[in-house]
Amino acid sequence: MRQLPMGAYAYIGCAVLAAVGCAAPAALPAAGTPWPTVALLAVLYAACERMRNCPLTGGRAPAGGAPAHGDGMPPRWGCPVLLAGVFLLPPAAAALVALPGALLSGTAERSPAARRVWHAAELALAAWAAAQVFGAGGSRAVLAPEFPYALLPAAAATTAFCAVLAVLDGGVLVAAERHAPRTAWRGLLLRSLAPHLVHGLAGLMMAVLWRSSYGPAAALLVLLPMYISCWVFAQYHRERAAHQATIRALVQAVDLKDRYTRGHSERVGRASVMIARELGMAEDRLEVLRFAGILHDVGKLGVPTRLLRKDGPLTSEERRVIELHPEYGHEIVRGIGFLGEARAAILHHHERMDGKGYPYGLRGREIPEFARVVAVADAFDAMTSTRSYRRARPVAAAVAELRRSAGAQLDPRMVRALVAALARHGWQPEVVTAGADGPALPPPRRAGVPLRRRPAPAAVPPPGTTALPGTAVTPHPGAAKGER
Amino acid sequence: MSGAAPRTAAADHADPPPVPHRTGTPRAVALVHAAAGALACLALGHTLWHGLTDPGIALAFGALIAVGELARWGAGPPARGGAGALPGDRESAPLGVAGALAYALLGEVAGRPTSHGVLQTVAVVVAAGLIGLVPHVALGRGPALDHIARRVLTVGFAATCFQPLYNTGRLAAWIGDGTYYTCYLLGILVLTALCDAVLAAALARARTGWPYGPLLRDELRSLLGIGSAICASGLVIALATAVAGLWALPVFCLPLLLTQFSFRRYAAVRATYRQTIASLARATEIAGYTPPGHARRVAVLSRAVGRELGLGEADLNVLEYAALMHDIGQLSLVDPVTGGATAGLPSAEQRRIALLGGAVVRQTGVPAEVAVIVERQADPFREQPLPARIVRTVNAYDDLAGGDGGPGGTLRALERLRLSTAQDFEPRVVEALARVLSRPLGPA
Repeated sequence: MRQLPMGAYAYIGCAVLAAVGCAAPAALPAAGTPWPTVALLAVLYAACERMRNCPLTGGRAPAGGAPAHGDGMPPRWGCPVLLAGVFLLPPAAAALVALPGALLSGTAERSPAARRVWHAAELALAAWAAAQVFGAGGSRAVLAPEFPYALLPAAAATTAFCAVLAVLDGGVLVAAERHAPRTAWRGLLLRSLAPHLVHGLAGLMMAVLWRSSYGPAAALLVLLPMYISCWVFAQYHRERAAHQATIRALVQAVDLKDRYTRGHSERVGRASVMIARELGMAEDRLEVLRFAGILHDVGKLGVPTRLLRKDGPLTSEERRVIELHPEYGHEIVRGIGFLGEARAAILHHHERMDGKGYPYGLRGREIPEFARVVAVADAFDAMTSTRSYRRARPVAAAVAELRRSAGAQLDPRMVRALVAALARHGWQPEVVTAGADGPALPPPRRAGVPLRRRPAPAAVPPPGTTALPGTAVTPHPGAAKGER
Repeated sequence: MSGAAPRTAAADHADPPPVPHRTGTPRAVALVHAAAGALACLALGHTLWHGLTDPGIALAFGALIAVGELARWGAGPPARGGAGALPGDRESAPLGVAGALAYALLGEVAGRPTSHGVLQTVAVVVAAGLIGLVPHVALGRGPALDHIARRVLTVGFAATCFQPLYNTGRLAAWIGDGTYYTCYLLGILVLTALCDAVLAAALARARTGWPYGPLLRDELRSLLGIGSAICASGLVIALATAVAGLWALPVFCLPLLLTQFSFRRYAAVRATYRQTIASLARATEIAGYTPPGHARRVAVLSRAVGRELGLGEADLNVLEYAALMHDIGQLSLVDPVTGGATAGLPSAEQRRIALLGGAVVRQTGVPAEVAVIVERQADPFREQPLPARIVRTVNAYDDLAGGDGGPGGTLRALERLRLSTAQDFEPRVVEALARVLSRPLGPA
């Protein structure tokens, strides 16, 4: 467990002092703080914070570190309660609403105490600022006849709330998480503004109903749709993580059969994305292309294991059987709708530019773009990793070889893009287990269960190769223990 | 809401699931349609005769309902395994329903009492719903008559519980307009939702012939999901309109739209996930370990048997995933078992393959129950959980009947299963399988 830097403590301390300064006037007798309302809202907010771990949400936080931040949903679904407090209470009292909830909330991350105090101070400051903005816009009352005119100050107050949170969040990223000051604030406000505005409307609705004759009970109902949508949101992330795990399971099924390709699929996916970035493809196509790279050899599932593991030269008959794998692969992923273009890439990644490839002997631009990208990435990784019949080559040698094959076998444009990307970012051949994007996956396979019937011969690279780049055939943790 | 049978992962791949469509409309369905139609005609006629009271308010709510109907979930291209796959997404037009419920429970607008009665409520809901339907029909998507009929009946019910009492002033005399008023409305909504679930389950039962209990359970469970969000939104819109006027309508629909958006995205990723699972399941077929179509047949048949035995939607999904992936352990065999039929192997070997399969399944991110079923599929039935018994029996049946089998193959296979009910197969499951197979139109 890493200690927080001193700077972070100083930063948090300043925030706490500022928050105390904001909230203190509420205690003055002259402030006329409506204590019952403050208490009710505070209890409500604390309940919202606790509810994040209630059985209805499945008892689990969404898989993965902070999906809630990434996809534009503020992590605290109790946010409408805070904003209702902003609309209903004077600034000093509004700052108090968040305190109990933030201080009592459970957090599984490191330095929980500092985190809780920080969140409390941050929310108090944001609420105070928002209430100041709302109050500046005119009367404090959200009463019926003025309703449409309450929208504008409400939107302004919500924006202020969101902006203060974003500024403070960026600061803590710099102070505690050692982010670069240049990037810490990037996108923080834009990402969270839209969801906060929706929450602001819900908060306004709560405030209106709270003041009406129907009372706080009606205001509670506003929270139900918000709660359900946050719950579904968490489910969405769980399901997405599970889906990615399933894709990986498909790849691992190939690894079961062809032990020399372990990690190959992931690396081809990565190299394909590097090429595509260099070509300036759109972000959603990148994602599909990554899957194309990862799944390009999935058809090897259809090739008899004995053939894949055969040491020594293959007969022409055997080679023909192995050359069926693109078609098998296409057949396997046929039903996965979202793969789209990736399916063509899987089918055609062994075509050659001169038309001598398989399965269809397409040539030049007849070959789908994704297939040409994957072909280059595949060739590159095959050369820079150790196989049964030869050692890995250094990146420079592989690049020279790629340049030689450009034109006849590979698309020169893709080769150029890969070379440029390699020059810019370099190549890290080690296997990336959990996807760099998306939520973290469940831990990799249990080592105790033997997945392989035959004991795997040493998957350790031959001596002397470890220093070379590209010896990515790291022994899997399960490989040694799984044998009997 | 759940007009069609839920899509299944197994069915995503090839033919649609063989749901028995009885010829003609079942009597229960006809009855519900007739009741709804009569109520709608009565309401429309009455409203046309007497004219609209508070036409502005009626127009505003009508517009909301029509827009909600337009933005129906299925409005996109009919994605394979699309929105219907999700338990809890039974409602396809949440905004429309919330608007209709709000209009039924609307007592005043910005402090001025309204006086629209039950019949006008139903008339507005029907008219707006029909207008919202026009584009859907024009695009060739048939109107979901069951949905409309249920909407008319439930809105009629809610309005009957509220409007007469309110309009005569009795409600104000009894409970005032404070917190108790909110509670009363909440009670009406809960009652309405329950009635709707009962009605929906009855319609589904009449259409599919599946047992009533599990269907009702699924409907009730889906109430907890988007159902409660819809009801709460309807009530909030009604109350907020009462306080703040018609301005509340557009403003306060947003949170519900957010909910709807979340549900849609969830449904989309779920559909994709199912497709991927089905693809993983077919890997054994491509690899030549199992005969083509085996995993899909076992999944469809297991689902049918599970339904026959009264499992609910959540359990059926787990069962289906397990059935799809039950042979995945064979991928770690160097040479395929002849014909892929594990049923003929010695039981120790079968169990070993099952354990290997469980290890693969644990990596896929499906619920842990699925892996347990796959692991224990080869145990004697007394040590197995029920889904594992079903998978074991159906798998053995498919191996023995050799694919389609034909009538003779079916009977011979069932006979072989019955002979092994002492240890391997549970008699109850075998009999359920026999019942499913004996249905004239194939397994449901």
